[in-house]
Amino acid sequence: MGYFLKRLGLALLVALVVSVISFGALRISGDIATAIAGEGASSEDIEFTRKQHGLDRPLPIQYLDWLSHALQGDLGTSLYFRVPVAELIGDRLPISLALGCLALIFAVSLAVPLGVVAALKPNSIVDRLALWLAVVGQAMPTFWFALLMIVVFGAWLRWLPISGNESWKNFIMPAIALGYYATPAIMRLTRAGMIEVLGLDYIRTARAMGLRSGTVLFKHALRNAVIPVVSLTAVQFGFMLGGSIVIESIFSLHGAGHLAWISISRSDLPVVQGVVLVLALIYILLTLLADLLNAWLDPRLRIE
Amino acid sequence: MADRDTTPPRSDGAPSPAPLLVVRNLRVTLPTLGGDLHAVRGVDLSVRAGETFGIVGESGCGKSLTSLALMNLLPRHARRGADRIEFAGQDLQALGERQMGDLRGNSMSMVFQQPMSCLNPAYTIGNQLVSVFRRHRKVGRSEATERAVYLLDKVGITGGRRRLGQYPHQLSGGLRQRVMIAMALMCEPDLIIADEPTTALDVTIQAQILHLLAELQQEFGMSIILITHDLGIVARIANRVAVMYAGEFVEVGSVDQLYSDPRHPYTRGLFDCIPQPGKTPPGARLGFIPGIVPSLFGKTAGCAFATRCAKAGDACRDAPPWHGDADGHEVRCHFAGAGPNPTAAPPSQGT
Repeated sequence: MGYFLKRLGLALLVALVVSVISFGALRISGDIATAIAGEGASSEDIEFTRKQHGLDRPLPIQYLDWLSHALQGDLGTSLYFRVPVAELIGDRLPISLALGCLALIFAVSLAVPLGVVAALKPNSIVDRLALWLAVVGQAMPTFWFALLMIVVFGAWLRWLPISGNESWKNFIMPAIALGYYATPAIMRLTRAGMIEVLGLDYIRTARAMGLRSGTVLFKHALRNAVIPVVSLTAVQFGFMLGGSIVIESIFSLHGAGHLAWISISRSDLPVVQGVVLVLALIYILLTLLADLLNAWLDPRLRIE
Repeated sequence: MADRDTTPPRSDGAPSPAPLLVVRNLRVTLPTLGGDLHAVRGVDLSVRAGETFGIVGESGCGKSLTSLALMNLLPRHARRGADRIEFAGQDLQALGERQMGDLRGNSMSMVFQQPMSCLNPAYTIGNQLVSVFRRHRKVGRSEATERAVYLLDKVGITGGRRRLGQYPHQLSGGLRQRVMIAMALMCEPDLIIADEPTTALDVTIQAQILHLLAELQQEFGMSIILITHDLGIVARIANRVAVMYAGEFVEVGSVDQLYSDPRHPYTRGLFDCIPQPGKTPPGARLGFIPGIVPSLFGKTAGCAFATRCAKAGDACRDAPPWHGDADGHEVRCHFAGAGPNPTAAPPSQGT
C-alpha cells in the first residue's frame, strides 16, 4: 500500500511537470495572439485578441488559469475546427487506443512465446529464425511494411480494406504494422530474461523437487523473466498511441496522432497542447501500471 | 505415506545393510572449447538405507557434479555416463525425464549450497512448499498446507502458518536453508543429497543446521549424501566418508577408519591442513598440499595425485588399484596395499 501511494505521488508529480512543459512549450513556440488572430491581422486586432484571451496577464496566472480549466476537462478551443479541444480528442483518442491495444496484443502474443522458445534452445534453428524475424522487424521501416501489406492484402488479395475506420477489419493491417515494429525488442528482452532466469538456482531447485517442466518454465521462470519486459512494453505502448502518425496517415485512420500532426501543420496550438498533455498523461499512467504490475510479479520490489 | 509406516523402525546408528543407491563407474564430461573436461572419472558409490555418506574434497574435485549427476540435473551440455546407477532397485539411467521428475523431490531430494538464491523470490514459501507436495501426492491444498506447517515445525521454524505467507527475501539465510530442508523433506524422501548445505552460513548457524539434519535423519530414517569440503562437518554427522580428488574417489571408509587411520597421501594431506584438538600444539604451522590439481582435460594416466605426492614413484604412472580391508576401508594407492601400513609415519611432513 505504501508502495502504491508512493508511486501514485510520483506519477502526479511527473504529471504536474508535464503540464508545465506542455504549457510552456506553447508559449515559446511563438506569439499565440498573432496565431489566433490569423494571417493579415492588424496590430490592433492582435492586441485585442491578446486581451480577449487573457494573454496579457503574467505567465504564472495564465498557467494556473489554464491548469484549473484543464483539470475540469476544458482544454480550450481549436483555432481551426472551432470546437472544444477536449471534444476533438474525445473523438480521435478511441481510434488511437483501439489501434494501440491491437498492436500491443499482436506484439506481445508474437514476441513473448518466440522469446521463450528461443531461450529454451539458444542457437537452435528456432532461435535463429526468431533472431532473423527480429532483425527484419527492426530494419524494415514501418511505412514500408505497411505499404507492402497494402499491396499484398489490400490490392492483390483484396482481403482487407486499405483505409478508413468503419470496421474492425480496418484495424488489422495498421495494428500488425505498428505491432511488428515493437516485436523485436520485446522478443529479445524476453529471450535474454528467460536465458538468465533459467540458469538461476531457484530453477534448479524447482527441477530438483520434480516440478513438471511446464510449471518450471511458466510458473517459476517466465514470471521473473518478464519483469523488465513489462516496463519496456509500457513504453512501447505509449509510443504506439502517440507515435503512430505515420501508420494513421497511411491507413487514413484519423486518431490522436493524426490530429496532432495536422494541427501542427495548421498552427492549431491549443489542439497540439491538448494532445501532448493527454498522451503524456497516458504515458504516465502506463508507467504507473507497469510499476504496479512489476510489484505484483516481484514481491521484492514492494519493499521501500 | 501409508506405505512408509510398514518400514521397520531403525535402531539408532545402525544402518540397515540393504544398499539404497548403487553407482558404478559414474562419469561426467563437460565439453568445452578446449576439449572434453572429465570432471568425474569413474566414481563407485553405494549408500545404505538410513546412513549418512560423506563426500569430501576440495573445490572443483567433481563432488557437486557427482550429486547433480545422480539427480540427472547436470548443466545442459554436460554428459553423464555410468555402468550402473541404481536407486531403490530402479535403474535411473533407464528412466526418462518425466519418470525422473516423479522421483525427484519425492523419493530422492536435494538441499543446495546457496540458501539465498535457491528459493523463488516471486512466491511465498507456503506456495513453494505446497506445490512440491501436491506435485507428488494427490492431496488438497489444505492438507498440503498442514504438511508444510508440520515440516516447518520439524525444521525448527515456529509460527509456521504465518511463515507460509512470507517471501524468501523476508527470511534470513539460516531460515531459508531450513525452509529448503523442509521442502526436501515434504514427501519424506529415502535419500537427501545435501550439497554443502552449511557453507554459505554463519558458523553458529552451521552447527544448528547440521544438528537439525542429524535429528531429522533419526526421525525420518532417510539416507543422506553429504557433500562438503569440511572434514569437521563430515566427522560430526557422517557414517561413512569418501575422499574425492580430481574426479575420483581415492579413499572410502567409516568415519572412524578414516579419521584414525587415513591411508591415502591426499587424505593425510587434508588432515594435515586443519588443526586437530589435542594434537596440534598452539602456534604450530599447519600443513598444506604442494602443487595444484591436475588438468582434467583428456585422459590421465596413473595416479592423479602423483604430481603432488611426496611418496610418488615409478609405480604411480599406472592407475592405482583399490586396496580394501575386510571391514570396508578402501584406499586407492599403490603403496597402501604393500603392508599393514608402510606409510604410517604421522602426517607431519607436509611442509
